[in-house]
Amino acid sequence: MALKRYLFAIVLALLLGFLVADAASAQQPTPSDDQVNAIAKQLYCPVCENIPLDVCPTTACAQWRELIRQKLTEGWNEQQIKDYFVQQYGARVIGTPPPSGINWLVYLVPPVAILAGVYILYRAFRSWKRPLAEVDIQPTSLEPPAETDTAQDEYIRRMEEEVRKR
Amino acid sequence: MSEIPTSPTELSSQKASPQWGRIVAWVAIIALLVVVAMVLLRKQQGPVAVGQKVPTFTLTTFDGQQIGPEQMAGKVVLLNFWASWCKPCEQEAADLEAVWRYYQPQEDVLFLGVAWTDTEKASLGYIDKFDITYPNGPDLGTTISQAYRTTGVPETYIIDKNGNLAYVKLSPFTSQAEIKAAIDPLLGP
Amino acid sequence: MVANLGFGTLIITFLVTIYGAIAAFIGARRNSPALVDSARNAMLLTFPLLSITALSVIFLLVNGHFEVKYVADVSSKSMPFYLRLTALWGGQAGSLLFWSWLMSAFVSAVMLRKWDRDREFLPWVILVSMITLAFFLILSIFVENPFVSFWQSPTGNITVSMFQPAGSTLFFPPDGNGLNPLLRHPGMIIHPPMLYLGFVAFVIPYAFAMAALITGRTDDRWIRITRRWTLVAWIFLSLGLVLGAWWAYDVLGWGGYWGWDPVEIAAFMPWLTGTAFLHSVMIQEKRGMLKQWNMVLIILTYDLVIFGTFLTRSGVLSSVHAFAQSAIGPLFFGFIGLTFLASFSLLSRRWNDLKSEVEISSWFSREALFLLNNLLFMGIFIVCFWGVIFPIISEALGIVGQGVPGLAGIFTGQKVTVGPPYYERATAPLFAGLLLLMGVAPLSAWGSSTSKTLGRLVWKPFIASLVVIVALLLGGMRSWPAILGFWLCSFVAFITIYEFWRAAWARHQGRGENLLRALWLLVGKNRRRYGGYIIHLGIVVMALGIIGIELFQTETQGTIPQGGELNLGKYTIRFDKLSVWDTNDGRNIALADVSVYKGGKFIGQLHPRRDYYYESQQPMTIAGLRSTPEDDLYVLLVDWQPLSTSAATFKIYHNPLVWWLWFGVGVLIFGTIVAAWPSTEREKVVITRSVPETSKA
Repeated sequence: MALKRYLFAIVLALLLGFLVADAASAQQPTPSDDQVNAIAKQLYCPVCENIPLDVCPTTACAQWRELIRQKLTEGWNEQQIKDYFVQQYGARVIGTPPPSGINWLVYLVPPVAILAGVYILYRAFRSWKRPLAEVDIQPTSLEPPAETDTAQDEYIRRMEEEVRKR
Repeated sequence: MSEIPTSPTELSSQKASPQWGRIVAWVAIIALLVVVAMVLLRKQQGPVAVGQKVPTFTLTTFDGQQIGPEQMAGKVVLLNFWASWCKPCEQEAADLEAVWRYYQPQEDVLFLGVAWTDTEKASLGYIDKFDITYPNGPDLGTTISQAYRTTGVPETYIIDKNGNLAYVKLSPFTSQAEIKAAIDPLLGP
Repeated sequence: MVANLGFGTLIITFLVTIYGAIAAFIGARRNSPALVDSARNAMLLTFPLLSITALSVIFLLVNGHFEVKYVADVSSKSMPFYLRLTALWGGQAGSLLFWSWLMSAFVSAVMLRKWDRDREFLPWVILVSMITLAFFLILSIFVENPFVSFWQSPTGNITVSMFQPAGSTLFFPPDGNGLNPLLRHPGMIIHPPMLYLGFVAFVIPYAFAMAALITGRTDDRWIRITRRWTLVAWIFLSLGLVLGAWWAYDVLGWGGYWGWDPVEIAAFMPWLTGTAFLHSVMIQEKRGMLKQWNMVLIILTYDLVIFGTFLTRSGVLSSVHAFAQSAIGPLFFGFIGLTFLASFSLLSRRWNDLKSEVEISSWFSREALFLLNNLLFMGIFIVCFWGVIFPIISEALGIVGQGVPGLAGIFTGQKVTVGPPYYERATAPLFAGLLLLMGVAPLSAWGSSTSKTLGRLVWKPFIASLVVIVALLLGGMRSWPAILGFWLCSFVAFITIYEFWRAAWARHQGRGENLLRALWLLVGKNRRRYGGYIIHLGIVVMALGIIGIELFQTETQGTIPQGGELNLGKYTIRFDKLSVWDTNDGRNIALADVSVYKGGKFIGQLHPRRDYYYESQQPMTIAGLRSTPEDDLYVLLVDWQPLSTSAATFKIYHNPLVWWLWFGVGVLIFGTIVAAWPSTEREKVVITRSVPETSKA
C-alpha cells in the first residue's frame, strides 16, 4: 500500500515533469520523423532479428521510436541515445558488435584471412613463375585482335592436351 | 585414366610441404565442424531446464531497489518475464498480482517481474494498470533473459528455496490455482 | 487417399534411390555394365515417381484438403488458385519435397546424355546424386512429412500423424491458415524455384568432380562435361538472388533490396564460390592448372548449397537462430559434416595426382588475374561466412565465460548483431576490385601478358573513362566513393565495348563484312568469350543501379492532413484520399491516393497501400512506386500514427538509378544464353606449326 502511494507519486511526478518539459520545449520544434529515423536507422529491433528500428512494424518498435523522440526532445545527442539503448537492451541493438572481448575477432578475422590468402597466392606465384625470357610465346604487339592468335593457340594447346591424354 | 607425370625432384619437394599444409587444413576443418556442433548443441538446449541451478542476477527495480541473490536466498522465487506491448502477458497479470497478495504475508515467497525490452514509461503504465505491487524492474541489457535463454514473453520461472529451477511456464498462466499449485509444493515443511 | 498415394510414392522413390546407390557402387567395383545400367534406370525412375508425389501435394493444396497439416498451414479457402499452386513451396515440408523433385529432374536429364566416352564416371555420378537425393527424401519421410494429417480421438484430442491412430478419425479443420502474406507476391512466387534450380544444378558438377576423384580421371574432362551445367546453375542462382532482392524492394517496404540478413547471405555464399568456380575452371581448361583448387571450390559450393537450402527454408523468413533450434538442424549438420569430410578425404587421396606442371610467366597474365579474381571472391565469402557465424559462436562460447570466471569479461555470451555496416564496409573494396578485374582480365592473354601489352590494350578506354570523371566533377558530384564507382563502371564498359568493336572492325577490314554481320559472326564463333563479355556488361549496369541507390538515396517521413504536401528534393507529394475497407479474403486494406509533382509539375498518381491480415495479425506495406531510368520515387503508407482519413503518415524514398539494377539482370540473362548456347558448327582447328612429339605420353 505504501508502495502503491509511492508509485502514484512517481507517475504524478513524471507527468508533471513532462508538462514542464513540454512547456519548455514549446519553443523548440518537435523532433521530426526524419530526425528520429536518422537514429532509428542505425539501431536494430531488440526482439526481432536484423530488422532496423525505422522500418520495424511492431508495437514494441513503435514505443522505441517514441523513446528516441522523447530523448531528442530532452536534448540528448545521437551518441547518448545509442549508448542508452545499448545499456537498456544489450549490444545487439547496434549494427556492429562493440569492440571488446571476443568481439575483436569480428574485425580481425576477415582481414587476417584475406592477408593469409594473399600470402598463399604470392608463394604459389613464386613457385610457379618462370622468368619471361624462358617462355618463348611472345605475342607480337602489333597484331590487333590478340584473340585470333590466342584462339589459335588455345586450339593448338587443346590439341596437344588431347594428344597427350591418349 | 592417365596420371599427370611429375618429375622426381618435384615429387620429393612436394612431399615435404603438403604434409604440413595437409595437417593444418584437416585441423582447421575439424575445428570448424566441432565448433559448429557445439553451437548447435547449445542452441538445442532451449531455456534453462528444471533441476538446474539458476543463473544469478541482480534486478534493479523501477523504484531503485536492488534485489540480488541475498534477497532471494531461502525463498521461493517466482520470476516472471513480461512486456507492456505483449498482449498475452496481460492475461496473467491480474492473476499474478492476486496470488502475490495471497503469499506476501508469508515472507518466504518472492515475486519478481522483469520487463523485457520495454520502455520505462510503458512499463510503469502497465504496472499501474494492473496495480502490481511486487518488485518489477527492467531487464537491463537483456542480461537476465539471455542468462535464462528465454525465447519470448510471457515466461515464468519458479525457483525453489535451494536455488534450483523447479517449474517453467512458457506461456501465460490460465488461473490463480495453477500458480498456487506450482508454488505450494515448494514451500516445504 | 491422395495423401497415401503421395506418401507411398515417396517411400518407393526412397527405396529406388537406395537400390540405385547400391547398384551403382557394386556395378562400379565389379565392373558390371548391367548393374550400372540398372542404377541409371533407377535414377530415371525417380523423376516420374517424385512427380506423382509432388502432384499429390499440389492436388491436396488446390482442393483445400485441410485435414492434411501442410495444407492447413499454407493454404486457405480464400486463396486464389495460383497461390494454392505455389503454396507447394510455401512451407518447409513442401519446399523440401520440391527440392527433391527438381533434383530428380536435373539428374535424370544428366542421365539422358551420351555417356559413351565417360562410362567410368557414370556409376559415381549416380552414387553421389542418389546419396544427396536420399538425404532429402529421408527428411521428407521422417522429419518434415508433407502428408501428415490431423486425427481426432474419441475423447476429442487432436493429434498429427501419417497413419491412422487406433480409434481416431480424420479431422477436417474448416479452413487453413493461408500463405504468409509476405509471400503473396509474384517475386516471392518465382524466387524460391529459381533459387532451388540454381542450388540443385550445382550438385551436378559436384557429382562429376567426385567421380573424377574416385576414378582418378584427374584431367579436365569432368569440367568440360559440366561446363554448361555450371553456367545454368549460375544463372538460376543469380536470378534467384535478384528476384529475392526485387521482392524485398517491392514488398518489404524499407526502400532497399538487400539487408545483409543471414538468410540472404546463406543463399549468397554459394553464388560467391560458384562464380569463383566458374572462372577458375577456365584456367584448368586452358592451362591445366589449379585442379586442386577447383576441387576445393566445388566441394565448398556443394556444401554451401545444402547449407543455403536449409537456412532459407523457402517461404518462411527464418533466421540463423531459429534454424539452429529446429529439429532439422542436427540432421543437416550431420549431412554437411559427413559430405565435407568425405569429399576432402577423396581430395586428399588424389592430391598429388592433381598437381600439374604449371608456369605463370607474368603477374598480368590471365591466369594470374583469374587467381586474383578468386582471391577477391573468397575474401567476400570469408567476410560473409564469418559475419553469419560469429553471433552464434560468440553466444555459444559464453559457456566458457560461465565456467571460467576470469574469462567472463571476454566470453560474455551476449547476443550481438553483425549487420549491414560490417558487411558493406568490408566488402565494398573487394567488390570494387572485382569490378576493375572484370574490365582488365579479359584483355589479358593466357600464358603471358605484361603490363606493357595490357597497357597498350587499355589506354584508349582508360582515357575515355577519365572523361567521365571530369564530366561528373563538372556536374557537381563530390562524393569520392561515387566518382570511383562510376569511373570503374565506365572503364569496364568502355573496355568491353571496345573489345567488341576492335574484333568486329578487324573482320570488317579483313574480310569486307559489314559491321553488324561481323559482330554477329564474331559472337557466334566465340560464344563463351563474348557471352561472358555481355554478362560482365550486365554486371556493370547492375553496379550502376547499386551505386545510385546505395550512395544517393534520400528519404523523408511526415504526417500530413488530407490535401497536405510532403516534400523530398524536387519531388512533392500531395495526400488526396484515403480509403479503408475490409476484403473478403481476411484483410483490411488502407489505400491512399497521392499526386506526385516534380519541380512543381504534376507527373502522376501513386497508390501506396497497407494490407493488414487479421488472421496472422501481420501488416504488409506495398509502396506506390514510380520507376524511371533516372530514379525511383517510392512512397509508403506508414502506420506510426493510426491511419485516418484526416491525417496519414507517409515515407518517401528517392532512389536514383535503381532501374538499372533490374535492367542489368536482363543483360545478364542475355549474356548467359549467348555463352551457353550450344554451337552447331565444329570448331575450326588451324594448326600453323607441327604438332610436338608426344614424348610425355
